Amino acid sequence: MSDGVNTEENIAPEVERQTMEVDIACAGFGPAMGGFLTTLTREWTEHPEDPAFESKVMPGMPLQVLCYERADDIASGVSGVVTTAKGIRASFPDLNPAEIPMAADVKQERVFYLLDPVGASRRSPLLRLGDKVLKAAGSLLGVKDHAFELPWTPAFLHKHGGLVLSMGQFNQWVGSQLMGSGLVQIWPGTPVSGPIFSGKAVKGLRLTDQGVDRNGAPADGFMAGMDVLAQLTVVGDGPVGAVGQALDDHLGLPEGHARREWALGMKMVIELPEDSPLEPGTVWHSFGYPEPEIFGFLYVHPDHLVSVGIFVPSWMGDPSRTSYRYLQHYIQHPALWKYLKDGTLRSWGAKSLEESGKHGEPFLTGDGFARIGEGSGATNMLTGSGVDEGWTTGVQLGESVIELLRAGKPFTQENLAATYETRRRASWVERGAEEAKNSRNGFHGSFVKGVIGMGLAGLTGGKLSLDAHILPAHNQIASSGLTPEAAVLLALEDGRPLHDALMSARGWPEIPFDDRLLVTQQDALLLGGKVQAMPGFADHVIFRNAGLCIHCVEKTCIAMCSGQAITLGTDGAPAFEREKCIHCGACLWNCGQSPDGVHSNIEFRAGSGGLHSAEN
Amino acid sequence: MANAVHIVVCAGIVPDPLQTLEPVTGPNGPGLKNEMVLPAVLDPWAASALYEAANLAAKNPGSKVWLVSLGPKAKLQQVMMTVAQKVNFELVPIDGPIGGFPDAHSTAAILAESIAAIPGLDKAKLLLFGGWESATRGAGVTLQLVGEQLGITDQFQGVDQIDLRDYGSFEVLERVEGGKHQASVCAGTPAVLGWATGNLAEPRNNPQIGMGNMRTIMPALAKAKKAVLEPNGLRYISANLPKQQRDTRVVKDMNPDEIAAELVAWIGAE
Repeated sequence: MSDGVNTEENIAPEVERQTMEVDIACAGFGPAMGGFLTTLTREWTEHPEDPAFESKVMPGMPLQVLCYERADDIASGVSGVVTTAKGIRASFPDLNPAEIPMAADVKQERVFYLLDPVGASRRSPLLRLGDKVLKAAGSLLGVKDHAFELPWTPAFLHKHGGLVLSMGQFNQWVGSQLMGSGLVQIWPGTPVSGPIFSGKAVKGLRLTDQGVDRNGAPADGFMAGMDVLAQLTVVGDGPVGAVGQALDDHLGLPEGHARREWALGMKMVIELPEDSPLEPGTVWHSFGYPEPEIFGFLYVHPDHLVSVGIFVPSWMGDPSRTSYRYLQHYIQHPALWKYLKDGTLRSWGAKSLEESGKHGEPFLTGDGFARIGEGSGATNMLTGSGVDEGWTTGVQLGESVIELLRAGKPFTQENLAATYETRRRASWVERGAEEAKNSRNGFHGSFVKGVIGMGLAGLTGGKLSLDAHILPAHNQIASSGLTPEAAVLLALEDGRPLHDALMSARGWPEIPFDDRLLVTQQDALLLGGKVQAMPGFADHVIFRNAGLCIHCVEKTCIAMCSGQAITLGTDGAPAFEREKCIHCGACLWNCGQSPDGVHSNIEFRAGSGGLHSAEN
Repeated sequence: MANAVHIVVCAGIVPDPLQTLEPVTGPNGPGLKNEMVLPAVLDPWAASALYEAANLAAKNPGSKVWLVSLGPKAKLQQVMMTVAQKVNFELVPIDGPIGGFPDAHSTAAILAESIAAIPGLDKAKLLLFGGWESATRGAGVTLQLVGEQLGITDQFQGVDQIDLRDYGSFEVLERVEGGKHQASVCAGTPAVLGWATGNLAEPRNNPQIGMGNMRTIMPALAKAKKAVLEPNGLRYISANLPKQQRDTRVVKDMNPDEIAAELVAWIGAE
């Protein structure tokens, strides 16, 4: 188990584990798993007597389908999203957004370039020149509130006919219907430690041990994680999920593929005053502020709720890329603040986004397993869309599984490839992924190059794009330029973590806390994310080599930890507090050290707890 | 099998207290804003009762546990996704309104009627469990009323422990003033026990228990009886959340004595 890989050979030497046999075991409940289970149960409900849906492991019983989700509730999701909902509407042709809390039809889309009203943004000379021109031209070009609205929205960003959603509420809505069918079981609060391998085949899932201390050693009420053996394991545990990571480690990625591009999406759900002029279905995209590399969004839900957030990418090499403070500066931009200033924080959260797209696609199928959703490289980085793509990959696998069940064929790599992979390759998801493949390359050169490259790829359907040499994520973090002594002094003088000190030193103003919307990061955990962790689980963030951490000056893991769960320990190495972790996974790719040249120095395992807000 | 008991746990569901709870008054009286949107959990007091019930049943072969819960079917289903992994029980769901504001007499009548109709339940062996208090904003009397309507006169409140003795009698520890317990010995079932926190930790999630429970829970939910609760003239004049105070400050280098002194002053001022 030292390498996080379970095999049939080492299933139970150290502790006795219960085993359970099912037909299909699923890891992670998100939109992709929603699509898979919806497709499967719908066909099953329409043909209840079909022998294809009889269990192989419990003859005479219906198919045994179990899904395990790490979060304490399936509604504890993250991210308000805007989606074209093409795949979702195909599954629900009569979908009425009013049935899904916080959902609205997209009504209006606008794109803004935000100028820097503070003067602290890290802008290149070229960008500063452009800003001067825009400011000088002012009202002539329609610059208002330090924002320039693009006269048109590029087609690739359009979400016409789409939906503004709360992921938490959407998951709850889908999950409720699935459970109501009585055909599948979804178990939240149950992290999966990894797949069970037999050679290259997957034989099921091992659940995490419970009743252990922070190091994983048995403690009060110890219960060894069960081995759930299945003919098919469906992996949809997202980009930082333990099962997906273990598969990538064990099998490697296809030739030429690598996961090197990431972003952290962090957002707030804000309740606006009742007289707010923002209409439900309003969608704004922004770029240029608080840093040129940081994209932003504002989506308006019904009932005066709005999701506002930013994406901080790995290619923003600055080691003090602290998302929470940047988010607070973002919402205070004059173009947004005039709508938000009287609002109240209702919810808050963050998650890592796997932004390598097609370049990061893993092996989609193998003997006994298939991968769906974001962790399968489904996200389209050109359109900035992943929910609908994830859903659709789940639908494709659902259709394939039904086909194989009816044909009486086993879930071998060959059969899964012939059905699921074939469907996926022939679909709009694949076409979009190909078009988006190199669309973000330019950003690894500069922001301006990135915008040009994205425009090129978007306007030519991916035929033209810029080339790039993309470094592993841990090598994308630049040096702070400080000596260790200078870093310590700066942080000590400021009295806060180094990244905060660096931002203040650059001229970013202090946040005027109002205890309502502008609150401390710890208050955001409690008031917004409602974060908590059940006792009896091991730490899931592990620092592989403490020596590397102690000598690391930047310690970007601390700067980027969404919940301030990673702080500087007394020995100079980072310290982790499980109870504050929101499981965003940012630490995994915000570590500038590598013990082996492949992995970062931080291991992100399966863990319990996290966000409890259902309004994300 | 001398000590085999039939335990019925009455447990309401409540919004996850971690969510943003905002009281509103609608056409049907007080409630919470967007209450159907909020994930629900088993009432924490009643959850203690359920864990104690399962523990007692496990120690006394031949015993059985039923969980009777009234709430919207969709919310009951959501709560079961977590609770059903904890301990073995059979669910008796009643599809009714959300919230704790309905009249306690109406609620008790429906619960008592549903309990009386449980197939195979031996009233002579019945231990009726529930929460001593409730987080459902209820009047805190429902359990007693259910007991009365079922004709059970031996009732205990604030229970932290029960020990079954030979020949069917049992000892109960009830919380009394000063952090002490009152020990009572009861000749035998039936009895009503309103639980405080008990002594058990929340059980671990056990997938095998979950899978077994779900075989009966999902069909039961599908057939859940619809309940209409009569207001019986009950009218609320106002409803408020408990007072909360947040006072966040960042203070450096404060010594423990100063922190303690400030806390004492703050508590004294409340």
